[in-house]
Amino acid sequence: METNNTHTTSLRVNGTDYRLDVLPWVSLLDALREKLDLTGTKKGCDHGQCGACTVLVDGKRVLSCLTLAVMKDGSDVTTIEGIAKNQELHPLQKAFIEHDAFQCGYCTPGQICSGIGMLKEGKAHTREEVAELMSGNLCRCGASKGIIDALMEVKEGGGYE
Amino acid sequence: MNNFAYAKATNAAQAIEQLNGNTQNKIVAGGTNINDLLKYFVTQADKLVDINPFIDNHAITPLENGGVRLGALVTNADTAYNPVIESKYPLLSKAILAGASAQIRNMATNGGNLNQRTRCYYFYDVNTPCNKREPGSGCSAIKGYNRIHAILGQSENCIAVFPSDMCVALAALNATVNITGPDGDRVLAFADYHRLPGDTPHIDNNLKHGEIITGIDLPAKGFEKNYSYLKLRDRASYSFALVSVATGLDLDGTIINEARIALGGVAHKPWRVTAAEDFLKGKEATQDNFAAAADIILQGAQGYEYNNFKIPLAKRAIIRNGMMALNPDSQRPGAQPSL
Repeated sequence: METNNTHTTSLRVNGTDYRLDVLPWVSLLDALREKLDLTGTKKGCDHGQCGACTVLVDGKRVLSCLTLAVMKDGSDVTTIEGIAKNQELHPLQKAFIEHDAFQCGYCTPGQICSGIGMLKEGKAHTREEVAELMSGNLCRCGASKGIIDALMEVKEGGGYE
Repeated sequence: MNNFAYAKATNAAQAIEQLNGNTQNKIVAGGTNINDLLKYFVTQADKLVDINPFIDNHAITPLENGGVRLGALVTNADTAYNPVIESKYPLLSKAILAGASAQIRNMATNGGNLNQRTRCYYFYDVNTPCNKREPGSGCSAIKGYNRIHAILGQSENCIAVFPSDMCVALAALNATVNITGPDGDRVLAFADYHRLPGDTPHIDNNLKHGEIITGIDLPAKGFEKNYSYLKLRDRASYSFALVSVATGLDLDGTIINEARIALGGVAHKPWRVTAAEDFLKGKEATQDNFAAAADIILQGAQGYEYNNFKIPLAKRAIIRNGMMALNPDSQRPGAQPSL
């Protein structure tokens, strides 16, 4: 059954085009980690409750654990590996370092992808709104204050495209 | 996840053909709920039919009667942030934004929101009896840990609640659900879409297998001047409601011409009692009158060991949200109580 049930799926990931043969139940998260060896995107809960697997698909932040790879045929995916440009950290990555916005670091790739998605959406104007619109990314170490500090700094500074 | 096949459909006829009358062939749109249910083996599928390639149902369009049609495949985020919805139906916008997380709202569709399953812990735990998951096996929640469970409309077979926020607003707004299927098109009033558990708790709603939601119509009246959505939960955000309230008021000064009040987190469907809305007609918008309306809404409410608190909480939420609707600016991010 498996050989007949694979679907050729085209994905552009961090600017590189791939053609993957995937089974229908393979999540985008597993395709990125297991087939493309892009292990920056983390598997936290694998059930859409923690946000660690957040990536940008066609510019929008989504949960890769609840996304079937086969359903994203033709999409443009950005993971944490594609955020820095030419060895230069993204402003949000720099701000995370400055504000101690992580401890163990496991939620960080998802936090940064989600944060970039949030900044592009342009719906968060106050600290309270930033916290609300980042609530899908949990930090068990308790670095949420630093994360929001970093996001507020980048939001006000601009240049995060 | 079990092994399943996958097919795309570009219109309803193709989807119906792919479903092929096999109830184990299931529709996927946003996938935020069904993919999770498949991972937990709460749901099994022979085939997922992906309806995202549908040409229609991806837009929000004005209707001739002054209302608006929400395409079934428009995401929750695109609906909540649509300028027409924000200005004409802000109650709906606020309710959607109180649900799930930004990532999930970017994925989840309007049609899928109506068809999501309960988050009852026992429904999700395949090692425990659950009449909704396995008819006839019993309800583990009635004598179990039932903090999140129903206080209204439940049965001895099931005390699960329907978890949507969006649908609470749709119920208050008198939306209608457009459906297509093997026997043609039909329209259901929102109140007739979801079901109470009775002795068939495994059936959540009146959508038959093979039928597909194509859109949701909002009537012209949007209660955009006086409205509020209040959601009370165990966390400040990203958690399902213990009790939520959608209130829309049409006021003449301080007198209520028309009131709509719908509750979430308390029953197997959004809970609305028109007798309470009739009671408020012609009355002053005061705490005392909202309290009297709350007593009508909560008539017959029954709690269990861990959710008795919901009955007084729901009453206070109805009163608070009535007062918040007089001043919609008092609403806060995450539909938290006004300061």
